[in-house]
Amino acid sequence: MGELVSNLSLGFGVALSFTNLLYCFMGVLLGTLIGVLPGIGPVATIAMLLPVTFTLPPVSALIMLAGIYYGAQYGGSTTAILVNLPGESSSVITALDGYQMARKGRAGPALGVAALGSFFAGTVATFIIALFAPPLAEVALKFGPTEYFSLMALGLVAATVLAHGSLIKAIAMVILGLLLGLVGTDVNSGVARFNFGMSELSDGINFVVVAMGMFGFAEIIANLEHREKREVFTAKIEGLLPTVQDIKDCVPAVLRGTMLGSALGILPGGGALLASFAAYTLEKKVSKNKANFGKGAIQGVAAPESANNAGAQTSFIPLLTLGIPSNPVMALMIGAMMIQGIAPGPQVMTERPQLFWGMIASMWVGNLMLVILNLPLIGLWVRLLAVPYRILYPAILLFCCIGVYSVNNQTFDIILTCVFGLLGYVCVKLACEPAPLILGFILGPMMEENLRRAMLLSRGDPSVFVTKPISAVLLGIAVILLLIVVMPAVRQKREEAFQEA
Amino acid sequence: MKIKAPKDFWAGLMFLAFGIGFAWAAQSYQMGTAVRMGPAYFPTMLGGLLAVLGLVVFVKSLLLSGERVSHFFLKPLLLVLGGVVIFALLLRPLGLIVATFALILVAALGGYDFRIREVIILYACLAVFAVLVFVKGLGLPFTLCPGALDEACQRIVAGSR
Repeated sequence: MGELVSNLSLGFGVALSFTNLLYCFMGVLLGTLIGVLPGIGPVATIAMLLPVTFTLPPVSALIMLAGIYYGAQYGGSTTAILVNLPGESSSVITALDGYQMARKGRAGPALGVAALGSFFAGTVATFIIALFAPPLAEVALKFGPTEYFSLMALGLVAATVLAHGSLIKAIAMVILGLLLGLVGTDVNSGVARFNFGMSELSDGINFVVVAMGMFGFAEIIANLEHREKREVFTAKIEGLLPTVQDIKDCVPAVLRGTMLGSALGILPGGGALLASFAAYTLEKKVSKNKANFGKGAIQGVAAPESANNAGAQTSFIPLLTLGIPSNPVMALMIGAMMIQGIAPGPQVMTERPQLFWGMIASMWVGNLMLVILNLPLIGLWVRLLAVPYRILYPAILLFCCIGVYSVNNQTFDIILTCVFGLLGYVCVKLACEPAPLILGFILGPMMEENLRRAMLLSRGDPSVFVTKPISAVLLGIAVILLLIVVMPAVRQKREEAFQEA
Repeated sequence: MKIKAPKDFWAGLMFLAFGIGFAWAAQSYQMGTAVRMGPAYFPTMLGGLLAVLGLVVFVKSLLLSGERVSHFFLKPLLLVLGGVVIFALLLRPLGLIVATFALILVAALGGYDFRIREVIILYACLAVFAVLVFVKGLGLPFTLCPGALDEACQRIVAGSR
């Protein structure tokens, strides 16, 4: 306990320094600003704003990026409530009841509850990270290459199990991602692989290129398929504070949402999206008047909003302790850490305690800023929502292009992003989820490296993966997960859970 | 044979092609042994696995019925990506200000409700914003204007610092 206090005070010391407060504030503000805009999710937002952080010191850069993430998350909810057009996938659920509340003239309380619920969830999740990250990192420090390989395999399997849509296609996307991650110079032999004779590819494909193409460009093209229809409640929103009855209704929902969200966020493939779906389903199950859901039940806003914020934050745990991303946003954070010259993994906590604890403390600070910032700024966000998409998307495209270019100052990267945009659009059409591909892409080189080392240590005996206890357990869990999903009953349930929306 | 699930049919083919492609391309590198894996080892394994999965998806699409592939919208696809490619090609030789114009114009043609006046105003705002924020503010190295004009442009931007 004493250690926790000293760690957190170290963290707050870092997070509360003037410059870091400033970057946290800028991150939260920019994140919300772009998150509010419909049709651009957090992955594209972070990828787009990544270059802004290149010149910053590592701590500030990561604090700002984390701020952008939960800002975007929060902005997405505002859009969901006011326009019924979720800015990102994890607010799909919020749109169900939030929008109905707005139609009944209760947009204010819906926004208020979303903000306060998120803040509460964020506070709890911050403590959970502070409590559970150090022991987990300590365990992970003992991992050898064999365990790491199995851990990554488990992470990728879990990510596909929790993704929606066809399981085989999700696994195929992971493998395609792993393969794309191998493009570039092989560290062991120095051979440039799959570069088709192009020198630009010898350093590998930049992850910003993949993320921006598959998420940013593909999303824009898909959005342009149909003429947009939007009904924005630009009428004055008054009374952001929920009534006493609202609060009574919400407190249990927020508590349940926070718990569920924190737990699901830690799982690989989990994070905000799954958390909000699950919390809504749970709330509907336990509610006495189920009929209210979908018609403006305030619990239907409070639970998923708390859950997605809690999940968004606890998904940092596998990133910070194991160096393994659990969702595409975390994959981008890993990329950002690498650009800053930090090798993600358990050693971050011991070697760079300032960075580790500073980032954790900044999450709470960022959440506080979100509440303070958003309640008075709602009017501004509403006005932003009135900007038509035909104005927005050329601007988004330009910022994407500038962002991609500035990573390496290569125009080649911009063209490569188009290739991934095309691939992303094809994937949308063929119902292949892009998220598993990004995870595979980030883990590809690490997985190969650990496989090689493990096999070298075991003198080429692959049975080492099942004879070493930790590795065997990890792989066992992966196999069980796969088997469970393949079972017809569970499969149906899984589809139902995602259908609920 | 009839295609019963077009989405899976094409997805299966895509995975099959990628799998075979990667596995085949990997054969020009050294395979090595299980103890000392060469650069070809892991990609060959993964490529093979991907091809197998692709084949499974493909065969399933002939047996079980599934969703049809919705219409490909070529106009936004070509104009959005086309605008970006033109931007990339013009950026070095003609500079950010010209390239941005091409990008905004071509991309805007890809959407509904193209209004030339609106696009020009949008372009002007974005160009000023990009130069002020990215070039002046963040100091990213960009060519601004074509040829000899660039030096003068850079001086103006830097001078007003």
